[in-house]
Amino acid sequence: MSEEDFDGGVVKKFMYVNRKAPYGTIYALEVLEMVLISAAFDQDVHLAFLDDGVFQIKKGQTPANIGVKNFSPTFRALEGYDIEKLFVEKESLEERGLTEADLLVPVEVISRADMGKLMAEMDVILTA
Amino acid sequence: MKFGILVNEGPYTHQAADTAYQFAKAALEKGHEVFRVFFYYDGVNNANALTEPPTDDRNVVKNWQKLAEQYKLDMVVCVAAGLRRGIVEKTLAPGFRISGLGQLIEAGIQCDRIVTFGD
Repeated sequence: MSEEDFDGGVVKKFMYVNRKAPYGTIYALEVLEMVLISAAFDQDVHLAFLDDGVFQIKKGQTPANIGVKNFSPTFRALEGYDIEKLFVEKESLEERGLTEADLLVPVEVISRADMGKLMAEMDVILTA
Repeated sequence: MKFGILVNEGPYTHQAADTAYQFAKAALEKGHEVFRVFFYYDGVNNANALTEPPTDDRNVVKNWQKLAEQYKLDMVVCVAAGLRRGIVEKTLAPGFRISGLGQLIEAGIQCDRIVTFGD
């Protein structure tokens, strides 16, 4: 891919890998801020949820009880930014007793092996 | 190779800040290009001008500054992450600049590799 035509519409495959629970640390919230910015750059954005990161898109979050803003509705707004490639690792869901029905946005559930293959296809991977 | 470096952790609490610096230094010494170092999350604290470690310890902030001076490194602190943590123009160490997350995305587009340092 040419590096000279940044303004000429280079599109790379970006993947944001969410591995951490939504609360307890700020990582999940600040990843989401990165995701929203990358949408403005018209890149091919992918989101992956694995490990405790699957809790980020669980329905029924009420963090007001711990004095923290509930940012989970933002995931539902991603569609409006043309960010629709959300992948969740099957094993991570199962290990935590969750199913696709527990999630607040449409996702594609894929196996750990397939997640690895998908990552290998990406140009830029940003993890937290 | 053209590298972009993302520093996600603050100095002293986390080894990631030192490792990022050592990686950048080694890459530059080997003749690679470092397009940009971007500081995000607690990584913005790498640019705190008020940092004053004990004299028998390394100075992470000064290490970055020296490297930037020697190689004309572009060191960018995320404005939103910085505001949250009190890293603003007033507290910003010389050699760093404050800008938006778009600078990280641009690095992702321009570089051969983005290397992330942090958990």
